[in-house]
Amino acid sequence: MEIMNGGKALMKALEKEGVKQVFGLPGGANLPMYDELYKSNIRHILVRHEQSAAHMADGFGRVSRKPGVCFATSGPGSTNLLTGIATAQADSAPMVAITGQVPVKMIGRDAFQESDIIGMSNPCVKYAFQPRTPEEIPEMVKKGFYIAETGRPGPVLLDIPKDVQQNEAEITFPEEVRIPGYHPWSSIDITDIERAINLLLSSEKPIILAGGGTIISSAFAELQSVAEMLMIPVVTTFKGKGSFPENHPLSLGPIGMHGHAEANKIMTEVDCVLAIGTRFSDRSVGTFEEFERNLKIIHMDVDPAEIGKNQTAQVAVVGDVKASLRIMLKLLVKKAFKKSEDNKWLKHVNEVKDYWRANLKMHPGEMSAARILRKLREVLPKESIVTTEVGQHQMWASLFFDVIHPGTFFSSTGLGTMGWGFPASIGAKVARPDVPVLDIAGEGSFNMTENSLATSVLDNIPVIVFLVNNFSLGMVAQWQRTFYERRMIGIDLKNCPDYVKLAESYGAQGIRAQSLDELEKAIKTGLSSDVTTVIDIPIDPEEDVLPFVAPGTSLKEMILPS
Amino acid sequence: MWAIISIRVENKPGILFKVTHLFRSRNFNIDSLTVGVMENPEFSKMVITTVGDEKQIVQIVKQLDKMIDTIEVKRLDEKKTVYKELVLFKIKLSGSSDSTEINKLANTCGAKIHNVQKDSMIVELTATPDEIKAFEELIRPFGILDSARTGVTAL
Repeated sequence: MEIMNGGKALMKALEKEGVKQVFGLPGGANLPMYDELYKSNIRHILVRHEQSAAHMADGFGRVSRKPGVCFATSGPGSTNLLTGIATAQADSAPMVAITGQVPVKMIGRDAFQESDIIGMSNPCVKYAFQPRTPEEIPEMVKKGFYIAETGRPGPVLLDIPKDVQQNEAEITFPEEVRIPGYHPWSSIDITDIERAINLLLSSEKPIILAGGGTIISSAFAELQSVAEMLMIPVVTTFKGKGSFPENHPLSLGPIGMHGHAEANKIMTEVDCVLAIGTRFSDRSVGTFEEFERNLKIIHMDVDPAEIGKNQTAQVAVVGDVKASLRIMLKLLVKKAFKKSEDNKWLKHVNEVKDYWRANLKMHPGEMSAARILRKLREVLPKESIVTTEVGQHQMWASLFFDVIHPGTFFSSTGLGTMGWGFPASIGAKVARPDVPVLDIAGEGSFNMTENSLATSVLDNIPVIVFLVNNFSLGMVAQWQRTFYERRMIGIDLKNCPDYVKLAESYGAQGIRAQSLDELEKAIKTGLSSDVTTVIDIPIDPEEDVLPFVAPGTSLKEMILPS
Repeated sequence: MWAIISIRVENKPGILFKVTHLFRSRNFNIDSLTVGVMENPEFSKMVITTVGDEKQIVQIVKQLDKMIDTIEVKRLDEKKTVYKELVLFKIKLSGSSDSTEINKLANTCGAKIHNVQKDSMIVELTATPDEIKAFEELIRPFGILDSARTGVTAL
């Protein structure tokens, strides 16, 4: 037991959780904790907008699988975090957000910069705490980290009134905490897995659908072994992209709204799916009723509430998917089961795959999305971490950028937050300074958080922004062209700003690439630089993302390039 | 389909808000809700009745169970559960015989009479929602001036 103020108790508690840095922005209501941050060994990474702090913490959390920490002050500081918190919640990313709050006595009196962030954040946090005394802080921090990173990960909010940061008290740091209503992992029922194996083996046209849970659980080796042992082709959701090497012979790539043609085609033929760590998002499966028709579903997920939420499962395996797949492997080894590569279903799958890979029409021109992204794949080291923004470039990345090393591709897939990718790439680089980190961006998204260039330059966190620039809010433009008879409104960004000059004004490197040769050079320059590089890549604003499964339709109704 | 869900939660501020918010954000309906401290004051018991199809009700229970503040969530089997709610009716008294007739009805249905005035009386009934509905139909001809009910609690 030691006498200290709440701010110091917070820093000590964070240090005990192994926190090395926080992303944040100070203000009136969190000054006392910043004063203790000054005295601590924790690095502060200053952002220019709190939303970016949350995205950086999110990117750090997804890559390191440890909660990223972000700081903001009360009122607008905390509400600015909300988009970032909701993004982390939608994609099950571990995060601890710590906000200042007005003093306890002022709560509820509409004080200056007061906002009820506990109430506002309720639907988009995994849990939220508001200590009313300094003594409560260490236990809440410990519980918060435990909740954020266990089971299905998610964001936790700690809202600390200013006087609670300031006041001194006798502080103890608990070794263990008890959360009676929290059961992050269920014990896996082996009979469920036996039933799953029987169903898979008795089906004629099985497939594995790997979702984001496969990546969160890092079940890469297990997934690959199961697929190879059973010789079952693998599709992924967009969030599950990169859970399985996309150059593997069994890989068909992502399904869904902008899935690979071959993946969507095959998905409509299968009779049994082993779905791993997915919530069957509408963007992945199209219409729920059509997807589950004539399909037997084996659903593995850590979250029991996902079973039966969007799709009805014939067999449900609740528990950590890595552990479940390990048990499945053991049972398969026991049965000495090995399926031959030479089976009818796999032959058919390969024919479909070969056909679409050879015959899918491409947008003309040297700088089409497919060509620039394939060039990027060619030049970028395979272990690099890639994030994306949200929009056409993101879906082109899904289609044309193959992820070879599992778990190196991250995107805001659930909430679809424009502006996520760049700050998230900075967070990712902090987690993995040893590998190149690149954000595949569109200029509309990059606009939203481009001031994070200041953070990346001043805090020496170099990343590459691969800016696919079509001078417009491209995805909206595509929908207006497709569904609104080209009544184009609110999409023209008019080549403003100049991204090369913008990058330079922040002290970053700006390069414009107008041919594939220039692009290759620019990527190589970015890779060898110790400063952030923005590569501005002008493309044809009329290029659509195709194939396309229109919203509210089934995978069968995929629109192909004509 | 009607369902009774019993939820044991930690007795802390803010949990009622979170439970009701969950119903709103997941697009579920609350038919009635009661809350009270349990014999161990660390816990409160909430009883929620809701209407939905089987899939929705299963999903409600799972989402409630997932909440960190809920210790135990049970869907109660109507047939094996005692479930009651308390209702107060303020009934209009017009004729001189009204009071006697309402008294008779109340006696048969196990209701209690309170606050008899010249032109109205208040009747209290603790019963199941169906029984309350039946009683309401019996007294409706007299004229119901006001009513208040607690919502179902169950064990």
